Amino acid sequence: MDPKTLKYSPTHEWVALAGDVATVGISRFAVDQLTDLIVIDLPKVGARLTAGKSFGEIESVKAVSDLYAPVSGEVVEVNAAISGDVQLLAADPYEKGWLVKVNVGPNPDLSGLLDHDAYVKKTAEEHDH
Amino acid sequence: MTADSAFLETPLHAWHKARGGRLVEFGGWLMPVQYTTIVEEHRAVRERVGLFDVSHMGRLTFDGPGVLDWLDRATTNSVASLVDLKIQYSLLANDQGGVIDDILVYRQPFAYIVVCNASNRAAAVAHLESAQRDSEGTMVDRTRDTAMIAVQGPRALETLAPLFDQPLDKISYYHFAMGRLLGRANAVVSRTGYTGEDGFEAVVGAHAAVDVWEALMESGRKFDIVPCGLGARDTLRLEAAMPLHGHELSETINPFEAGVGWAVKLEKGDFIGRPALQALAQNPGRKRVGLVLDTKRIARQGADVLLDGRSIGTVSSGTFSPTLDQSIAMAFIERDAPAAGALEVDVRGRREPARLVKLPFYKRPRPPVSAG
Repeated sequence: MDPKTLKYSPTHEWVALAGDVATVGISRFAVDQLTDLIVIDLPKVGARLTAGKSFGEIESVKAVSDLYAPVSGEVVEVNAAISGDVQLLAADPYEKGWLVKVNVGPNPDLSGLLDHDAYVKKTAEEHDH
Repeated sequence: MTADSAFLETPLHAWHKARGGRLVEFGGWLMPVQYTTIVEEHRAVRERVGLFDVSHMGRLTFDGPGVLDWLDRATTNSVASLVDLKIQYSLLANDQGGVIDDILVYRQPFAYIVVCNASNRAAAVAHLESAQRDSEGTMVDRTRDTAMIAVQGPRALETLAPLFDQPLDKISYYHFAMGRLLGRANAVVSRTGYTGEDGFEAVVGAHAAVDVWEALMESGRKFDIVPCGLGARDTLRLEAAMPLHGHELSETINPFEAGVGWAVKLEKGDFIGRPALQALAQNPGRKRVGLVLDTKRIARQGADVLLDGRSIGTVSSGTFSPTLDQSIAMAFIERDAPAAGALEVDVRGRREPARLVKLPFYKRPRPPVSAG
């Protein structure tokens, strides 16, 4: 995925929409902030995600962080490769490191998400705080 | 301290900031938690050498004709048994036998240095002040006008030795020497650390801190020295099963359950906390144990430890061990808990199988070269 074409949640998840299916991941910024990833806990196929609610957790040496659903819908595919080896996510958060694919139905509400420029601006502010 | 920060900064603050150190609040100080990744910094110390700014630790000096009585009254270990240039692990106990802080006491000829935890410095100072009574002597808090730098790892000796004008290899574990670093900076250099590796800690004047730090980075370059943050310091001490105040020690945890009863010398005469500690020595309560989990998930402080579904204790510290590649934890459990049965830790609502292991989790391959 080209990070420039993605939509982002303020909590650092990204979304790529193709028809009814949204691929969800977490941003390079999030991966770099977490560092030392150990394990990720993802929902099963069939699980219902609700935008803004936790759908899993990612753990680093420092801390455990919730993963927040950027969209609502039903999980249709889970990236089992990163559950087995979370370093794949650390190495490549936009391609091999995607988390789940979600059926969001027609006309999903993406209004709460940021485009790439707005997200980059937000993370720059967060970094300087 | 800068205008926009309520936190204390060490003399190396600008260096950390310029080199990408991620600064976090710790014990009232702004400290680097990591520069790169915790695991990289951890491995550097286990395999080569790492440099830590530990200037946030409290440094107090004591002198005067009555300081031996004063310190023996204030601490649990036997200050009188210390010889010159030796260091002793000790505790400041409250009247209930809980631990206000764990400290190191350095005996200099005619004087002492006490090193305490950053977050407990105010409590330690208050305890030490109250213990003075009629003993003649002076305590000076030197924390702000000195810096403390830890050089840790199998290459620590080779890194530091060329910079120090005293024979570093002659300093035994838990001993120190006084001399000059870089030919000019007055320094107290001890063979101590909080990583489970061989290593040294140097106390120098605050104004000399950056020069000494940069000289160490240069001297250690051939060993790929890296600056390390508090993140690696925590994973390193945890693998070595060293207690951390606020986790394995506190005002409500007694030294015997924490496994540091050896630092309580009940026979040395009266000291603060002794009556309570005398009773606790007979009936210490829980015990500190090591756990290895089947999962990679980390059992952090506060997680319940269960035996056949029944709670028998609580995790005090947990992390992912880079050396063992396993999730490890220390916990306090019932002293008489049966050895057999299904042991689990409740990690955020999910029960994860675990097993008891002997502490420490990691022991370095060979002891430091000792030349008494």
